[in-house]
Amino acid sequence: MSKEKTKKEDISSEDRVIEIINMHKWYGDFHVLNNINITVKKKEIIVVCGPSGSGKSTLIRCINRLEEHQKGQIIVDGIELTKDLKNIEKVRSEVGMVFQHFNLFPHLTIVENLTIGPIWVRKVPKKEAVEIAMYYLEKVQIAEQAAKFPGQLSGGQQQRVAIARSLCMKPNIMLFDEATSALDPEMVKEVLDVIISLAQDGMTMIVVTHEMGFAKSVAHRVLFMDEGEIIEENEPEEFFNNPQNDRTKLFLSQILY
Amino acid sequence: MELHAKNENKEIIKPPISSVGVLGWIRENLFSSPFNTILTIIIISILWFSIIPFLKWALIDSCWLPDSNCRETGGACWSVISSNYKIILFGFYPQNILWRPITAIFLLVSLLIISRNRNYWNAFLGYSWIISLVIMGILLKGGVLGLESVDIERWGGIILTLLLSVFGLTAAYPLGILLALGRQSKMPVIKTFCVFYIELIRGVPLISLLFMSSVVFPLFLPEGVSINGILRAQVAIIMFTAAYIAEVVRGGLQGMNKGQFEAADSIGLNYLQTMRLIILPQALKIVIPPSVSVLISAFKDTSLVVIIGLYDLLKTTQSTLSDPKWMGFSAEAYIFIAIIYFVCCFFMSNYSRKLEKELDTGL
Repeated sequence: MSKEKTKKEDISSEDRVIEIINMHKWYGDFHVLNNINITVKKKEIIVVCGPSGSGKSTLIRCINRLEEHQKGQIIVDGIELTKDLKNIEKVRSEVGMVFQHFNLFPHLTIVENLTIGPIWVRKVPKKEAVEIAMYYLEKVQIAEQAAKFPGQLSGGQQQRVAIARSLCMKPNIMLFDEATSALDPEMVKEVLDVIISLAQDGMTMIVVTHEMGFAKSVAHRVLFMDEGEIIEENEPEEFFNNPQNDRTKLFLSQILY
Repeated sequence: MELHAKNENKEIIKPPISSVGVLGWIRENLFSSPFNTILTIIIISILWFSIIPFLKWALIDSCWLPDSNCRETGGACWSVISSNYKIILFGFYPQNILWRPITAIFLLVSLLIISRNRNYWNAFLGYSWIISLVIMGILLKGGVLGLESVDIERWGGIILTLLLSVFGLTAAYPLGILLALGRQSKMPVIKTFCVFYIELIRGVPLISLLFMSSVVFPLFLPEGVSINGILRAQVAIIMFTAAYIAEVVRGGLQGMNKGQFEAADSIGLNYLQTMRLIILPQALKIVIPPSVSVLISAFKDTSLVVIIGLYDLLKTTQSTLSDPKWMGFSAEAYIFIAIIYFVCCFFMSNYSRKLEKELDTGL
């Protein structure tokens, strides 16, 4: 027990990239997130799962303030998220986010999609921004499509572009909000492969997903949410083989067949 | 492999000859059934009996030269145009220096034509516009560089129509966008102001705004101060058109996917950048057709300035027709200005279609 304690104190404050303390959120009277406490260390990969409507997406959307929390604290990279717009913009430029529906900008070419953030937010010269963009397009293996428009690509390709777009901002943290849920089955793997290669590079990530195989092989910790609460939190091995909570057991029995 | 072999053996089947080519088209579309055949014959005969006499009236029996005696011929009297085109087109602008407005209009039209091509949109074109506007102003107003000064009150005809519409539309469009953004603002004061403005302006006819600007507004000015009538009409037109543009643009903004805002937020773009780089380019593209409708109707509405005594194209035409010598030839005169209006409107709608096609990115 005492060993456990010292271990926890070992995590210096610099290593704690995301801290969520007693956080609550309501939509009107509906309590979407109930007393959430999470600490994410540097290079940690956390998978969040749970039934639909359990608040998983809302939780990670709070981390870059796409949703506002009403109580408690969220501290990202040492910056607390408050109403202060400057802080919000700063956090957003440090935190990359990938959405279920890609949300690429359809009126811009792929390379413009990637350079718009660096050029306008980071004030990178255009030429350099294009170089960064091509580097990451290469990384997600889609460089040959740079001059096309998003509407001309397949879903899997679009999602890889979306990941590259986030990476161009050189984020410290990546959030994935059901990044593979809107894809045709044969395209899931190409996107997961990109996420896995990011994991190997040591990116800190929070991944909301229904891909349990992915969770098992990549995650350091799995969080299970239901009705706005974190019900269970464990290493993947323990989580899948030896779930403690009845709701977790029920959920796993429903999705693993 | 099997699939491949199958494809190679497949015969190429062509459509039956009766359904292609001109004959095929005629049979398909004009004579496909007895009923359609009857309709086709009726319509062709109606066209025959209306268009032929019209062409005869307009082109064959007509007289064209200035001051010819129209009343003796049975056809159209285009002399009303050729004798009075200076008045119709330029109003009371001094007739000995008409080269000045003609040059100005020529400059404007060529710039508009060059600006149609988006490849030319660069800083140079912007400067050309600014310089040309100054030149146009000097040409029309005079008073410098040895040019005879012309009172603004004497600007009329097509000069006035183009002035009111080109400046009216170019100023109204950005103003309308600002109003639309303001209406969506989270700041209650701005939002309330924009809603109030839009609803108020849309709730009154343009004529009443023009009357207000020409009759009521001067009452509030201190003694001795007067603002030119054309300017007042111009402001009324801008205010009026902006309210309509605002509602059209708002429609486009509401049609935007929420994900676009979130994606822009998530890469750290601020409000202005999000609007300018992400949202407006898409929203404005969606609303090209309705905005052009608004602009076209605003262009035609500039003719309403006749009621406050400005001599635009329509009014100069009417004043020509009140001359006893030309009384009764209104059809010809109105056809003439209708053609001018049509050419301008067609230019706009044609351009909007071109723009839509160019901006289409497949999503």
